[in-house]
Amino acid sequence: MTESAGLQGLVSVRNVDKVFKRGSEEIHVLGGLDLQIPEGEFLALMGPSGSGKSTLLNLIGGLDRPSQGAVEVGGERIDQLSDRRLAAWRARHVGLVFQFYNLMPMLNAQKNVELPLLLTHLSRSDRKKRAAIALDIVGLSHRLNHYPRTLSGGEQQRVGIARAIVTDPTLLLCDEPTGDLDRKSGDEVLELLQALNREQGKTIVMVTHDIHAAARATRTLYLNKGRLTTEPEDLVA
Amino acid sequence: MKFLYLVWTNLKRKKMRTVLTVLSILVAFLLFAYLAAIRQSFSQGIDVAGLDRLIVRHKVSIIQLLPVAHEARIEQVEGVVDAVHQTWFGGVYQKPTNFFPQMPVDPEEYIAMYPEVLLGDAEREAWLNTRSGAVAGRQIADRFGWKIGDRIPINATIWTRKGGASTWEFDLVGIYDGAERGTDTSMFLFRYDFFDESRQFGQGLVGWYTVRIADPERSAEMVAAIDAIFANSQYETKTEAEGAFLQGFADQIGNVGLIITAIVAAVFFTILIVAGNTMAYSVRERTNELAVLKALGFSDRGVLGLVLGECFLLTAIGGGLGLFLGWLLVSMGDPTGGSLPVFYIPNRDMLVGVVLIVLMTVVAGILPALQAGRLQIADALRR
Repeated sequence: MTESAGLQGLVSVRNVDKVFKRGSEEIHVLGGLDLQIPEGEFLALMGPSGSGKSTLLNLIGGLDRPSQGAVEVGGERIDQLSDRRLAAWRARHVGLVFQFYNLMPMLNAQKNVELPLLLTHLSRSDRKKRAAIALDIVGLSHRLNHYPRTLSGGEQQRVGIARAIVTDPTLLLCDEPTGDLDRKSGDEVLELLQALNREQGKTIVMVTHDIHAAARATRTLYLNKGRLTTEPEDLVA
Repeated sequence: MKFLYLVWTNLKRKKMRTVLTVLSILVAFLLFAYLAAIRQSFSQGIDVAGLDRLIVRHKVSIIQLLPVAHEARIEQVEGVVDAVHQTWFGGVYQKPTNFFPQMPVDPEEYIAMYPEVLLGDAEREAWLNTRSGAVAGRQIADRFGWKIGDRIPINATIWTRKGGASTWEFDLVGIYDGAERGTDTSMFLFRYDFFDESRQFGQGLVGWYTVRIADPERSAEMVAAIDAIFANSQYETKTEAEGAFLQGFADQIGNVGLIITAIVAAVFFTILIVAGNTMAYSVRERTNELAVLKALGFSDRGVLGLVLGECFLLTAIGGGLGLFLGWLLVSMGDPTGGSLPVFYIPNRDMLVGVVLIVLMTVVAGILPALQAGRLQIADALRR
């Protein structure tokens, strides 16, 4: 991470196009998109289905590559990294929270949280310790040995958040983190994300359909037809 | 090692499927190990045949006899160290199914020719001093519960005694062991002089000769030299290396090695499809989870390695257990009760088994593993 990264924006998306091919048909999801995300921001991305929110999140997280343009995170052009280096970059800098939690069903909470740490040089006991700390942060220190099927949706999502923060990543990317939860559980998850942003300075990008969820963010942007706007009215247009 | 837990828990995910796949692999390797022992038995002695030993038999067939006087003439050939004769007796013990090789031999010459036959000094001495004395291999002695001092009646199917009696009685004076694992210890050996003077017909005739030569590299030359002596005589000979002779014996009932290889190949091909299908199915149903692993930072190679590791563990457990059970069954002894005197799994075949485990891993697992490694994260997460 360069020092100027915080000033210029931790994430810099410049003139990005993303085109998907379905047979001979080309689908333009993002077109000439620019976005700056300063370090420590909690950004909510809203927009209708198919507007490209998740695609943009995937590009920022290095899960996909732009068809054109540049994606820079912490001063590094991640769109130019090889697959192997991009995977290593993701392991080091990105924490992901999914709508449907995506926990490994055959691993208990502790082992699920330990998963990203398998890619580090930490010893077994250090991995265990760190996982326990992450689970403690999300309030699940009493559920270490529970398997996903024995946890509620809200608890599973909190395990997902613990897994996302256990490596102390630069960026926390959340794709509809409350989309599969009831209001109460959703609020708990959002409070947790807010706390991580406020107390630990985590930069968070959250895709959501929920206006209440977006209200927790420090900034909200709206994506429609591949373009970003600051005003929700544009969604209607 | 830190990924082993992940691989292991994935295998435990569908316990029934894993157990059934492991069992099918186990059966294949068990069969492989067992058939390897049977193949070894059918090629008994070929591997341990002396490179410096030739077999001289009648040119027409092994059942045509040769004069005992040939021995002295063979020993006169330059390069021949020693020659001993043997004759197929072909008797049975108590009942027709108790059939095993019995041979009249010259004790001293035989022991000198076959150092792999281990006989104690006292037993050797007793054999030399007892005209009706016989020695039995450990396997045959154990099979019938014989001990030194027993009187063993053998019913002749070819060689009747003078006066027409078909029962020969021998005094068991020794039990020999084999110096090597492949040494045949199912033979019953008795003295030729006793046999020759007691048999009703065929005096002065023997079955074949074993010839030790000084230089194995000259064996082709020696073969030609020995056969040349008896050319155009009533008793023309055919000389060949001991290994080739034993192979010819084994081939009388067909190419067992080829038959067994064909069976094993068919079984392995089937199991390969079973294991490959299991892995392909396992990867297909976990597309989303594999994509999550890649999203967390696992590289393409890392995911490929995890799937291959899973396949290896599956094959290694099944294959390892199969080889072990095969070894256990084979070490319990010849299942036919004596028809397969040399019954063991050669180290070479165990090694082939281990190589097959690795090969099966690669062949069954490589396509699903490549498929997993090449997963596009964003696409896979959407499924």
